[in-house]
Amino acid sequence: HQSSTGREERRFAEVPRESIKLMAESTGVELSEEVAALLAEDVCYRLREATQNSSQFMRHAKRRKLSVEDFNRALRWSNTETVCGYGAQDALPFRPLKEGELFFVEDREINLVELALATNIPKGCAETMVRVHVSYLDGKGNLEPQGTVPTAVQSLSEDLLKYYQQITRAILGEDPHLMKVALIDLQSNSKIAALLPYFVYVISGVKSVSHDLDQLNRLLHMVKSLVQNPYLYLGSYVRSLVSSVMYCILEPLAASINPLNDHWTLRDYAALLLSHIFWTHGDLVSGLYHQILLSLQKVLSDPVRPLCSHYGAVVGLHALGWKAVERVLYPHLPAYWANLQAVLDDYSVSNAQVKADGHKVYGAILVAVERLLKMKALSLTLAAEGSSAGLPGTTTGAVGFRENSPGLSPPPEPLSEPPLGIASHLQAGGAGCQWEEWTPVSLPAMYCELYSFFGDSLAVRFSTDPPLGGAPPPGPCQPLEGRKEPASSAPNLENTRKMPQLTASMNISPRQDGSPRMEPQPPSLAATVPGRSLSRSSSSSSVSRSRSSSSRPGRSTSQSRDIFPKSRFPLPQAGPPAFSFIIGGRQMGRRCLGRRFQTSFTPTPPLTTLPPRAYAHKLPVIGRVSKPVRRWTCSHYSLHLPL
Amino acid sequence: MAAVQDGQMELDAEKETKPEILSDGTSNLSGNTASGTLSSSPLTAAPAGGAPKMEDQQTLIAVLQFLKRNKLTDSVEILRREAGLGEDQEDSQATDGSGGGKGDVDGGDANSLLSRVSITSAAAPQSVIIFHSIIFFYSYRFGKVGGADDQPDVSVVLSAYSQQGDPSLYQVYYSGLKNFIESVLDCHRAELSQLFYPLFVHMYLELVYNNHENEAKAFFEKFSGDQECYYQDDLRVLCGLTKKEHLKGNEVLLDFRTSRFVLRISRDSYQLLKRHLQERHNNQIWNIIQEHLYIDIFDGMPRSKSQIDSMSGSLAGEGKREVNKAKVFHGLLKEPEIEVPLDDEDDEAENEEGKPKKKKTKKDSLGSKSKKQDPNAPQQNRIPLPELKDSDKLDKIMYMKESTKRIRLGPENLPSICFYTFLNAYQGLTAVDFTDDSSLLAGGFADSTVRVWSVTPKKLRKVKSAADLNMIDKESDDVLERIMDEKTASESKILYGHSGPVYGVSFSPDRNYLLSSSEDGTVRLWSLLTFTCLVGYKGHNYPVWDTQFSPFGYYFVSGGHDRVARLWATDHYQPLRIFAGHLADVTCTRFHPNSNYVATGSTDRTIRLWDVLNGNCVRIFTGHKGPIHSLAFSPNGKFLASGSTDGRVLLWDIGHGLMIGELKGHTDTIYSLKFSRDGEILASGSMDNTVRLWNSMKAFDEVETDDFTATTGHIHLPDNSQELLLGTYHSKSTPVTHLHFTRRNLLLAAGAYNSQ
Repeated sequence: HQSSTGREERRFAEVPRESIKLMAESTGVELSEEVAALLAEDVCYRLREATQNSSQFMRHAKRRKLSVEDFNRALRWSNTETVCGYGAQDALPFRPLKEGELFFVEDREINLVELALATNIPKGCAETMVRVHVSYLDGKGNLEPQGTVPTAVQSLSEDLLKYYQQITRAILGEDPHLMKVALIDLQSNSKIAALLPYFVYVISGVKSVSHDLDQLNRLLHMVKSLVQNPYLYLGSYVRSLVSSVMYCILEPLAASINPLNDHWTLRDYAALLLSHIFWTHGDLVSGLYHQILLSLQKVLSDPVRPLCSHYGAVVGLHALGWKAVERVLYPHLPAYWANLQAVLDDYSVSNAQVKADGHKVYGAILVAVERLLKMKALSLTLAAEGSSAGLPGTTTGAVGFRENSPGLSPPPEPLSEPPLGIASHLQAGGAGCQWEEWTPVSLPAMYCELYSFFGDSLAVRFSTDPPLGGAPPPGPCQPLEGRKEPASSAPNLENTRKMPQLTASMNISPRQDGSPRMEPQPPSLAATVPGRSLSRSSSSSSVSRSRSSSSRPGRSTSQSRDIFPKSRFPLPQAGPPAFSFIIGGRQMGRRCLGRRFQTSFTPTPPLTTLPPRAYAHKLPVIGRVSKPVRRWTCSHYSLHLPL
Repeated sequence: MAAVQDGQMELDAEKETKPEILSDGTSNLSGNTASGTLSSSPLTAAPAGGAPKMEDQQTLIAVLQFLKRNKLTDSVEILRREAGLGEDQEDSQATDGSGGGKGDVDGGDANSLLSRVSITSAAAPQSVIIFHSIIFFYSYRFGKVGGADDQPDVSVVLSAYSQQGDPSLYQVYYSGLKNFIESVLDCHRAELSQLFYPLFVHMYLELVYNNHENEAKAFFEKFSGDQECYYQDDLRVLCGLTKKEHLKGNEVLLDFRTSRFVLRISRDSYQLLKRHLQERHNNQIWNIIQEHLYIDIFDGMPRSKSQIDSMSGSLAGEGKREVNKAKVFHGLLKEPEIEVPLDDEDDEAENEEGKPKKKKTKKDSLGSKSKKQDPNAPQQNRIPLPELKDSDKLDKIMYMKESTKRIRLGPENLPSICFYTFLNAYQGLTAVDFTDDSSLLAGGFADSTVRVWSVTPKKLRKVKSAADLNMIDKESDDVLERIMDEKTASESKILYGHSGPVYGVSFSPDRNYLLSSSEDGTVRLWSLLTFTCLVGYKGHNYPVWDTQFSPFGYYFVSGGHDRVARLWATDHYQPLRIFAGHLADVTCTRFHPNSNYVATGSTDRTIRLWDVLNGNCVRIFTGHKGPIHSLAFSPNGKFLASGSTDGRVLLWDIGHGLMIGELKGHTDTIYSLKFSRDGEILASGSMDNTVRLWNSMKAFDEVETDDFTATTGHIHLPDNSQELLLGTYHSKSTPVTHLHFTRRNLLLAAGAYNSQ
């Protein structure tokens, strides 16, 4: 109300003494009539004075309109507190209240949600610029129009608007060819920065088309194109895109009610996309990784959520890399397993659909866990290799390794092979997150525990992996093995000792996680598994054996067994042979011989004795898990569905 | 603004007014000086007022006064008796003083006042004395002393005081005077009407000061309507003042208290007034006239209403005639001799014209300036000026070349206008400047930034970093090109540093520096080579409204809310001169083309011209009815144009100190004025979105400045604005913030597009 004073010609606006009294009362001061009158008059005068002073700021700013800013400047120069909250450019409506004589500045509540989801995205401020125009030539008016003022979002010209309409129509339309063209253009167009908010808005429409898998798919493709466009700076829009993608991954979509709809594929694709966004643009938003992990974890730990949501969480974690799996899925597995087990054990007809879903989840977890083991082994190997150079068995070397190993520090970038690319990214990303409460679990312990859940189906996973390479080892594996050879020179001594115990062919090549462990592993294991030193002194073959046997009771009996008393897989006796065998199989992997050996061997123990193998056996039948494995040599991409 | 810090402000104001009075007073009589000091420090004033031989008595009187103030009436009488300070003595002393001379009116009267006071107290009963001394105390503090009447009749004096105590009579006095003035002859009426406004203000303030709030309101109600319309702004301020406490710290009041309102009245009119007041024993009004007004009496015909109106309107009345008597060297300095490498340069430059002819014209244009030594020009070294650098000489050569291609403007040959529109200037464009060669454009914004644009295809580049500079070959010919960092090339650069709106920007003549003045109280010097701030000149402590480089660089002037203009040199962090005298904010500052003078425009509606050499105020121009926001010197240095919020442009003859033209046409504040390069055309740009072109040559020629008008300062302005207006050019919705004539006389205008 203050700026309204003082503009009248003769009589000024006045603050009534009632107002003064009210204000005084609000601060707990009683004012007599006389004092209030004096104060009122003084306040009026001060206001007038400030207003008069403020007008010079208006004049010098070469404006006609007195702004609140001008008034505040006058107040500031007279050492008075400024009036805050009236900086808006628009005039503030002054309203009376019918009941009682009260007048106030209207201050509407603003619905932030509405504002956030509003379709008319506010335009930014355009750059201040100077334009020249010959206004008058030789004193005569120039008839040429003065030219238009470039608007704030300059790029939202007619052309761009048209482009936007065409693109969205093509992508969401029926013609697949047109869609492809549109997507490709979206990927490579360098001039669409101004449209980004619009596209992001369109994409955020996923929530409204959850019944239409096709549309969801198209929108996800749009995300992918935008993410891949090298000219676009996504900035804070990453968050919005991620939330849209997460929606597709996690939400029980309307489309998934119908079992015929392959919403699994959509989730897989969205998960892949999520990892892609994260690896390429994760640095734009701080804390994004942690946030994603949290929301995935939340879904996973929520038993009320349908299995498809859980599935989404698992594939999402898987897509974010083995570290995410280790961090979230692995510790959560014991608790989750009980629920899943219950579903899988229910053979009733009514449960058939749910059970099928359960198998999906089971498969997804298996895949995730498998890669976790592999990658962890690999990282250990690499770490070991890295330290083995300066490791002639001295204590300093051991210390050096110890420092390396518990933290699972990522292998140096140059060592990573193509499939490792994502994992190394994860480590980079993971490094930014806080992992305080998380203590790494040693690989054998982890394997043991996981084996207690999956039984031989886990073993099968490993056994089925290498043969895919066929006679000539698959490309990606080449460097790995090439790298392995020199490193294995040291362990070879022990491998030869191990040889008699298994078969000669088995031990020719060191296993990723097995052989390097011989020398360097002990110190690290010693940290987690007590009694390690015992087995260390024994022969190498017994190392692997005794390790599994010694660590197994240590962990799986204490933890998983307590939690799952009705766990059906065998006790230590059944485990060790399978374990040692798998190692063998893995070692064999390099040679074609190994495969035969494995395949013949693997089925036997689980099939005959263990219920878990039933799932393991069934898995390929159930569906999709087998497919990707077959198609992609590298398990990191086992969930990848090329589109 | 300064309301809260009034105590300090008053001190400041007093400090600042003193130098002004001294500098003004060089041409005044000593009496004026004394009266000026009187208003600021009452105790020292008394001895200063009289002749030196009276000093002892003066001191005695001062002591008496002090005793009286403390109500020690017995002591007063004793002292009086012992000192033998009789009435007669005092009386003669008083007449001495009052008869001092034409300029001495107030000085003498101040003296006589004191004697009256002592007479009164000596003769009157005690109760009256006490009453009197209380009033005396109050009124003296306020700067108003009662009881200056030529009649030594005690009862009259007493009645005067009792009348003063009766506020209800103020209306009677005022309307009495009003009736008298309305009844006199027409020729005197206009002159005497000048009294209305200052009397009204002082009577009103007196009422307020003596806590007669209701009477003050009634007084205001009744007579404020009679005042001239151009005093509306001041009346609005006055109207708000109804409490004695409010008087403190009010700036307008400060002005009224510290300065005397100057009126020019012919001797006849003055006699008339004096006689009337004596007849009526209207001491109240007489006191005010003696105390707060300075009546500049001239012999001759009374002025007409229009003559008076054209000169009045300022916060403190007209300038005294003596003030504008000082000699002003308004001529241009001799152009430095520059050997123009005529041969090769000309060959390249122009092929159309014949070589020999070309050479001749070149030499002529060079010689014409150097040969003729303007009799009005100051000595070349009156103000030490920086020496020309090689680059300056090159620039001068460029300038001369350009000027040969200059278009001769005139009423039939109007300039083309290019409008530089600032688009998307949401921050608020507050100031603009072009370089002299029109290659750079700077804008000051309300968001504290300064932005510099290149308006030629040549982009703005920074100098390389020190490390990179070490690498370059310093002997190479193109070293100036090599030091620039090509990577930093861009069309515009933003300079961050101020913490308040930037109200003034100015390029140095060599285009290496930029000045900006801001609300934060500083003037900053920016390098246009590194685009960084080099110096922040602190001194104003209040918003700095304007700044400008001298036409020769090195010096610059700034003016601000602290009512002073300051002259700085770029290599001094403290000002070289402080030009104090304006009664309100200094809103715009301009250097005279010869750099020896500085013109300042102010919110007190006056323009002052200051001598850079000695800091004296050499001209006071009154006549504007609103704050002055733009000034421009004619290229020959003889004339000054000023524009104000009242939408009028006034033209001034600097040499004679006269107003010579009034250009009416704009409907809003004039923010920019510029003469064409030859001075034939004056362009004015205003908030009303127009550029108007005026025939300045005609305006200057038509005024006959004979000796009479020059001495009296009474001009009669022809109302010929419409004839002088050559064209009105509208922009779409862009107030004209700045105008600039290129070296070839193309008019560039700049302003921010206003979308509302």
